[in-house]
Amino acid sequence: MDKTNLSQVSAVEWRVEPSGAMRVPAIIYADEGLIDQMDDKVFEQVTNVARLPGIVKASYAMPDAHWGYGFPIGGVAAFDPDHGGVVSAGGVGFDISCGVRSVLTGLTRAEIEALKRPLADALFAKIPAGVGSTGRIRLESSDMDAMLVGGARWAVEQGYGEAADLERVEEGGAMAGARPDQVSPRAKRRQRDEMGTLGSGNHYLEVQEIAELYDRDAAAAFGLRAGEVVVSIHCGSRGLGHQIGTEFLRDMAIAAPDLGIALPDRELACAPIHSAIGERYLGAMRAGINCALANRQIIGHLAREVFAALFPKARLELLFDVSHNTCKVEEHEIGGRRRRVYIHRKGATRAFGPGHPDLPESLRPFGQPVLIGGSMGTASYVLAGTAASEARAFSSACHGAGRAMSRHRALKHWRGRQIVDQLADRGIIVKSHSSRGVAEEAPGAYKDVGAVVDVSDRAGLARKVAKLSPLVCIKG
Amino acid sequence: MTARSASRAADRTATRRNGWELFPHRADTGVRGFGPDKNTAFEQVATALTAVITDPQWVMPHLAVEITCEAPDLELLLVEWLNALVYEMATRRMLFSRFAVRIEGRHLHGRAWGEPVDVARHEPAAEVKGATLTALEVSRMADGPWIAQCVVDV
Repeated sequence: MDKTNLSQVSAVEWRVEPSGAMRVPAIIYADEGLIDQMDDKVFEQVTNVARLPGIVKASYAMPDAHWGYGFPIGGVAAFDPDHGGVVSAGGVGFDISCGVRSVLTGLTRAEIEALKRPLADALFAKIPAGVGSTGRIRLESSDMDAMLVGGARWAVEQGYGEAADLERVEEGGAMAGARPDQVSPRAKRRQRDEMGTLGSGNHYLEVQEIAELYDRDAAAAFGLRAGEVVVSIHCGSRGLGHQIGTEFLRDMAIAAPDLGIALPDRELACAPIHSAIGERYLGAMRAGINCALANRQIIGHLAREVFAALFPKARLELLFDVSHNTCKVEEHEIGGRRRRVYIHRKGATRAFGPGHPDLPESLRPFGQPVLIGGSMGTASYVLAGTAASEARAFSSACHGAGRAMSRHRALKHWRGRQIVDQLADRGIIVKSHSSRGVAEEAPGAYKDVGAVVDVSDRAGLARKVAKLSPLVCIKG
Repeated sequence: MTARSASRAADRTATRRNGWELFPHRADTGVRGFGPDKNTAFEQVATALTAVITDPQWVMPHLAVEITCEAPDLELLLVEWLNALVYEMATRRMLFSRFAVRIEGRHLHGRAWGEPVDVARHEPAAEVKGATLTALEVSRMADGPWIAQCVVDV
């Protein structure tokens, strides 16, 4: 990124003062290395978001920010409904409530190594992944609506998982305010056969070793012990969320002129929160969140079935489930007073600090677990929200490494077989239906997730708790 | 200019008259079609959409699906067309490799030929979640051909 128009606030924070139509400053969290890697589109998009009506305090970009559509991926912005604030379909993204769920196994790496190949084969056979895959559940109309209201709670009621899981899922497993009646028949049709599927692209299920602990107290509270193994699942709301995003992006772009919103670019399509279309979107989007929560709950259950067959004594306990593509109503300290605002996190993870009332009691003293995904060969991380994270970016942190290279370029650099073999040499088993898909998701196509996490820690967005290294990766 | 680069340049010129290509976007992928008229450009960009997922040459055009859509302007009509294809691919578990498009004002009448996804043969790399309004353009280039393009979310 060209740094000419940025002022450096600290080693990990850059600022763009409001100019022209910008209503608030833009703030980018990055060190010199990451800011140099960011494309100029991030600057354009983070400053465009700063122009939207009702934006509060600043438009933020996380350390893993890259070019998105409308909002940068890694973008965070809050809007006040009583000051003309907007909700944006592009500010949430097509994969509504895409997120990460990490499950503790209590097993050691040595125990996994003894059965690693059969485990990889069984997970690959059990969990539907990739283009065209279908789940074993077919949801017809009334069940679909119940799922869209109940989220992970609905899944537990259907026998997928345990009631104890729910306190470790955002919103207690069910997002309030969901409106299945605002989800189109096409979106529901697209989801009919996709419950309990991983999807494709950068989605995965990984078996990971807890390789390093940084904050022993928080790690102990989270149940993370060095040398033990966790299962992490990265996926979202599947076809239903994609269709909701598709339809409202179009509808908001068409409606914007009549709603008096002058968009710097149509891709920033949005609508006032207090408008018919804004309220319709919020109801549909919240139903999409529940779809994602139910989906990860089902996949978590399928993983438990596989582990139960191979490791009968293992008990898989949910560490946490957190999304990184959402718009949520939250109360934050802004200008010396508490205000209820609509926080968009597009490729950014919520990171509530210690003491937050929405956290379960067992986690409250330590802050919310923030789950950061890697990319097959690279580490993933568990972080925790800090007391400072609210002031930094409305309690938000990064969500992953962020791509350094397009899929297009990745295909010119790598072949899938080559990546699978290289990772096998490092003891990592990768299972995928698509060699080309593996090449597009090559670890080298991503930024250094360690650098992204370090900046998040140094900037006070979230603090490092543990590093996870992959042993098995089931690619979506 | 070497023989190989001259050949590439000739291919590119031919593509720009009538053909398709993918263009890079950091997180996702851009799809672009060219043609002597907007119908052809829309047909070509649909082939580019398939190329995001698999090699279009691997997809047999055995079954036809009818698609109609409408939008207030040509650019949004492109988004509608691509999203209609995404929907048909997702719900029918199909891939398409041949397309016919007729645009009349705000309306598009299309037909897509393809076959059910065969994971072993098609090795689909990634599903497309939807067409975005990013880098969205439908226009006639100065030297004549039409161009239709946007970024798709993968």
